[in-house]
Amino acid sequence: MFKKFSKEDVHSRSNIKSSAQRGLKGNFVSQFEALEPVIDTIIPKKSQAILIKCEDKIQLYLIDNEVVLFQHFDDLIPTLKVVHKYPQCFPRVQVDRGAIKFVLSGANIMCPGLTSAGADLPEENLEEGSIVTIYAEGKETALAVGKLLMSTNDIKSINKGHGIELLHYLGDGLWNHTE
Amino acid sequence: MTEVLPKSTLYCGVCSYPPEYCEFTATFKRCKEWLLSNHQEVYEKLYSDEALANQTSTLSLEKEQKMEQELEKKQKKEEAKQERELQKKLSSKVTIKRIERNKRKHIISISGLEVFNIDMKKLSKTFASKFATGATVTKNAEKKEEILVQGDVSNEAKEYIEKLLEEKGLNEVKVEQIDDKKKKKALEAEAEAAAKAGKK
Ligand SMILES: [Zn+2]
Repeated sequence: MFKKFSKEDVHSRSNIKSSAQRGLKGNFVSQFEALEPVIDTIIPKKSQAILIKCEDKIQLYLIDNEVVLFQHFDDLIPTLKVVHKYPQCFPRVQVDRGAIKFVLSGANIMCPGLTSAGADLPEENLEEGSIVTIYAEGKETALAVGKLLMSTNDIKSINKGHGIELLHYLGDGLWNHTE
Repeated sequence: MTEVLPKSTLYCGVCSYPPEYCEFTATFKRCKEWLLSNHQEVYEKLYSDEALANQTSTLSLEKEQKMEQELEKKQKKEEAKQERELQKKLSSKVTIKRIERNKRKHIISISGLEVFNIDMKKLSKTFASKFATGATVTKNAEKKEEILVQGDVSNEAKEYIEKLLEEKGLNEVKVEQIDDKKKKKALEAEAEAAAKAGKK
């Protein structure tokens, strides 16, 4: 999504109303319930969120000069910087070592990269369409954020084709974006 | 409710990734040097003999070696590229030309900055406010961008640019000042543009 993203893809910037900011926080928490205790740290009550509208219907939300989340249609997606700060708040999957270089080049993740010995999927099922944070074998920090193209149960049982659409990863245009 | 503090993550000063992912970048060698001199404890954790011996991977040895070879190739290529770029930068120079518009008025044109990844628009704005004058970015005859600043601020501009280059570790680059009293007419138009920018 942000593979070729640059400043030229930014269309407009605007302050959002405080009511809209409350709504945004509510929606973000309803998508990731574990955010409840930290949402006021991520988006403080007194802060002013700035909405940055971009190419391809992508919207970034900026707090204190840092993009903290972005929106694509109805999905609210945390940036990796936020995932690194609050890793416990988001569902996680793990790819094997062999998949790392493909993830870092922006490719969608194939099922076998999520089911091999070095990979890891949560025990309870995650529905298709869920936003997940992506970790890697032998590493501690997340390297990407993506959207499940199949439920994790299906990824385990079918084990073929694309399992995750990659949305944001280390080194992409959003990672390198500065205000 | 207890407050949950954000976890702090170290980011590599070279490639910007968390250091554990540096091994996948083309700048790996420089990443390691940076880590060793800035965060030795993290360096030990990742790259000491002990750490390397304890590293487990489900990749077969053969695959791991292939991956390493590919990365090494990529890294060598990147290093060569950076070396070439550095040489190019070191061998180029910045020219500040002082142009007489009439007996009292001068403008200066600054060219040769494009190889140094300097944001010309931003720099021209900086000059405009620093010297309280008009400044603009135009393309010169060689289709390269240059900055035009109103007023005889050649020395001040030189000083500022030298500081900027020094910050980038490029002290060797020469900033040349020249006086141009001819070619007045051709530059009149450009000067006009600078004047307009100054009024804004
Ligand atoms: Zn690095």
